[in-house]
Amino acid sequence: MKKASIMVLATCLLVGIVSSPLFAGGEAGEAAAKGPVKVGAILAVTGGASWLGAPEAKTLEMLVEETNAAGGIDGHPVQLIIKDSQASAEKAISFAKQLIEEEQVLAIIGPSTSGESMAIKDICQEGRTILLSCAAAETIVDPVASYVFKTPQKDSYAAIWIFKTMQDMGISRIGVVAGNTGFGNGGKAQLEKYAPEYGIEIAIAEVYDSGATDLTGVLTKLKARDVEAVVNWSIVPAQSIVAKNMRQLGMEVPLFQSHGFGNIKYVEAAGEAAEGIIFPCGRLLVADVLPADNPQKDLLISYKSEYEARYGEDVSTFGGHAYDAFIILKAAIEKSGTVEMDDVRDAIESLQGVVGTAGIFNISASDHNGLGLDSFEMLTVKDGKFTLLKQ
Amino acid sequence: MPTSLATRDVSFEQFFQYFLSGITSGSMYAIIAIGFNIIYNTTGIINFAQGEFLILGGMIGISLSSFLPLPLAIAGAVIVTMGVGALIDFLFISWLKGPSVLRLVIITIGVSILIRESMLHIWDEKVRTLQHFTGTEISSLKILGAYISPQVLWVLGISAVIVVALNLFFRLTLVGRAMRACSDNRTAARLCGIRARRMVTFSFMLSAAIGALAGCAISPLTQTQYNMGAPMAIKGFTVAILGGLGNSTAAVIAGLALGLLEAFSIAVLPLAYIDAVSIAVLLVILFFRPSGLFGNREASALKEF
Amino acid sequence: MHPRLRKYIPILAVLLLVVVIQLIISATGANYYLTQLTMSAYYSLVVVGLCLLMGYAGQISLGHAGFFAIGGYTSAVLTTVNLMPYADSSAVEVLERLGMVLERQDLYGNTLLSFSPWLACIAALLITAAIALIIGVPVIRLRGHYLAMATLGFGLIIYRIVLGTGFLGEADGITGVPGFPLFGLEVSGALSKRISNYYIAWVLVLLGMLLAMNLIQSRVGRALRSIHGSETAAQAMGIDTARYKLGTFVLSAVYAAVGGIFLTHYNGSIGPSEVTTMKSVRYVAIVAVGGMDNLWGALLMSILLNFLSLRGYFGSYDDAVFAAILLVIMLFFPDGLLRAPGLRNLAVLREKAAAALRSSRSRGAEDG
Repeated sequence: MKKASIMVLATCLLVGIVSSPLFAGGEAGEAAAKGPVKVGAILAVTGGASWLGAPEAKTLEMLVEETNAAGGIDGHPVQLIIKDSQASAEKAISFAKQLIEEEQVLAIIGPSTSGESMAIKDICQEGRTILLSCAAAETIVDPVASYVFKTPQKDSYAAIWIFKTMQDMGISRIGVVAGNTGFGNGGKAQLEKYAPEYGIEIAIAEVYDSGATDLTGVLTKLKARDVEAVVNWSIVPAQSIVAKNMRQLGMEVPLFQSHGFGNIKYVEAAGEAAEGIIFPCGRLLVADVLPADNPQKDLLISYKSEYEARYGEDVSTFGGHAYDAFIILKAAIEKSGTVEMDDVRDAIESLQGVVGTAGIFNISASDHNGLGLDSFEMLTVKDGKFTLLKQ
Repeated sequence: MPTSLATRDVSFEQFFQYFLSGITSGSMYAIIAIGFNIIYNTTGIINFAQGEFLILGGMIGISLSSFLPLPLAIAGAVIVTMGVGALIDFLFISWLKGPSVLRLVIITIGVSILIRESMLHIWDEKVRTLQHFTGTEISSLKILGAYISPQVLWVLGISAVIVVALNLFFRLTLVGRAMRACSDNRTAARLCGIRARRMVTFSFMLSAAIGALAGCAISPLTQTQYNMGAPMAIKGFTVAILGGLGNSTAAVIAGLALGLLEAFSIAVLPLAYIDAVSIAVLLVILFFRPSGLFGNREASALKEF
Repeated sequence: MHPRLRKYIPILAVLLLVVVIQLIISATGANYYLTQLTMSAYYSLVVVGLCLLMGYAGQISLGHAGFFAIGGYTSAVLTTVNLMPYADSSAVEVLERLGMVLERQDLYGNTLLSFSPWLACIAALLITAAIALIIGVPVIRLRGHYLAMATLGFGLIIYRIVLGTGFLGEADGITGVPGFPLFGLEVSGALSKRISNYYIAWVLVLLGMLLAMNLIQSRVGRALRSIHGSETAAQAMGIDTARYKLGTFVLSAVYAAVGGIFLTHYNGSIGPSEVTTMKSVRYVAIVAVGGMDNLWGALLMSILLNFLSLRGYFGSYDDAVFAAILLVIMLFFPDGLLRAPGLRNLAVLREKAAAALRSSRSRGAEDG
């Protein structure tokens, strides 16, 4: 009996698998005059990295709708396929193969995390499909793979900006705490690498568990070393916890955060303890106070107002990485005039002066990121709001 | 580079700072362990969803506090979470006939995941905090050279009140004694007219209530996110086992001990492995003395697992 | 048919099904399904081993993803460690002569030198077995909730170690794992090798099933079932329960490690997401749904659920779906779906019919 029921179920499975192409409604890219262009996205919409993936997915949906309402890219309607990888590398791999072989997308936007991006980097390269990663790791674009690009700024630039500001403030002895994620470890490595160049001494550097709920123990150690500033390189929720713990411990020294602090919610979570936090960031969060002649201002304000109107939540710099990926793709398609994979890829590599949320992109064959040191701006928190550090 | 071993010059202030940090987290673990014990004593079930009660209470409290004054918001959170506890018993436990231990373990695990995913879809992935009961995020009290937030005193105070209140409840009230009777000898209790089924429901509701209260108390310190329940449950279970399953007084001692152990480990271990300390404690206890530090060896060997 | 060969029918039937599915898929040009079918096959190896442990030895394990990870990470580390700086040392030359190193080119024109996948595979299996043995000795003495928590703790420790250790890739995992050359074929994710990889995976799974089936029908299997029924009674009968339980524990760990090793080579990477508690719970859910001691049920459910999950059918509700399945099965069908009361009547009917047929045949033989 066991065997009979198994055979029945197995046959159903077989039938289901085999017949699903009939229901998949797959438009196998018919060469109509202006057929739809398929864009895939692998994002961590839920799961441990949802603070990245959720805004990214929302941003893409918003953008695609707008673009299609305006007639598509170069006349081609855009078909967006979002896959929720839940920050799991094996799912990212499976989805990448699905998007490349089955859906035959022109490009994949994402993934949200560095681990997933590295897992699918070779797959996209071998599958000759454009990958526009929204993750931060340097190794995504170094060594350069011809089809793989990334949109977030370099971690090293963030570290350099922090040190430059410290020099201006006369700080020379600091303590570093970092969360044990790829982002945290990467940032800590960059800090340690560039500190000597700027004459900063890292008196103590500690890595804590990113899910830790109380960091007074670690901060007590830093306090005991009489550091002149604390740098915290982590993701949520530790960013707010460090701020609160520091004030509760009576530490008055300045707190620097990484560009992972780019969401007003983290300021709210830290409440009064967030006053005076200094961090490098893209200009999105201070779009209102930018000078009128800033080339990014219009784009940033329109993104901010549309996103907040549509979703009722504050915009964050992470959604901006997906925004930039999309507009880069759009600019490349418009520049090359086709939706052929290799032509678009060549076009991406030659893009200059594309205005995005994270900065202005100048991509080349050796630089598949395209953002320079000036893509960052030093921000601070004042009266519960983000403002520029230098007025 | 970790310079942990270099800072051997731990002053009294530092020592006291670690001590306070330790008893704060320790008292939280103790409350979770007590929640485990209440249900375990009445039903023999380990409720893997215990940690979710804390987070659920915190989340509901945060949502209510946007239009209710804080004390009412917390009360509301406790009441709603109690309802959820009763619902869990009603939906998943009450109608099972003679379930095996394995089955119950898996069921409560499934329930905890379901609650967590529901919280994700109701409150999304964002991290939230309840406002501090007194003061703000930067208020700081100096005690014997160590700095703490006033919220820490609230946590310690509420934990102490819960422990004492439960003690009195089980000893002096009718319902409390009925629950103790059920845990001692269910058949005898029923012969005396006690509705054992009702006691099971009460135990779930009570565990949920203290979980929710504790969750609201620590939310200003640790913040609340939908996936924080499971790690807390594991720490709570470690403490419950450490003290001996079912023994709530021992759970308090064990909780404080684990909290202090973790806090002082920060001084010597690389931080990334601090969590491994509690897991190591769990494994050591399970492998070498599953009856716990204060448990009775023979009695636990006889228990039907 | 000869009774001895009868037991191989299911295996041959499934093999036939596997081939048929592949032919149909290739004929319809839908080769991309092979990816998820291959990945599901490797996850099923873990499930089969776990089924032996849970269904036959009666031990729950909430940390089996840990063994998957030990196997996968060990082979990943050994095949990605860069021996180029030591290329001229005598130690490396000895290894080269013994065929234990692998030289290859990566996508960027660099030459890489690392341990050969065969060496890595054997090392991974040995390490997994050793760890399972060490952990197993105290673990099998536990029961019920304590056992569940101990295995959960084991899985968590592996997760923490993997997450906190530099050479294990920390949060990003290990990427760039080369293919595994196997008897002229290669286990890797390359598009051109999809079909061969599909068959490699399924042959491994069927071999694993064969081994498991033989085990169950042997003395070992009977001993396990008696232990599962009543440990005290089994001990009274003189069965060394500890040894059998430990053996099953180690075997199930090795199954998981094999799945881990091969999937790592197929994917070309492994990350901490393979070691989470949720993963372990999913394996348990699949075994429970298939019917605790039903190997074929576990295999079928594993393929079905993993296939759907990997294709994203459950979307953002992935974890919730597995939790719901777990709850529904545990509440209403504790003996597994395929043993549901409705189907049981059919089973009884069929057995009665078979018995009637047999007795009429034997009567006929007597008469004639």
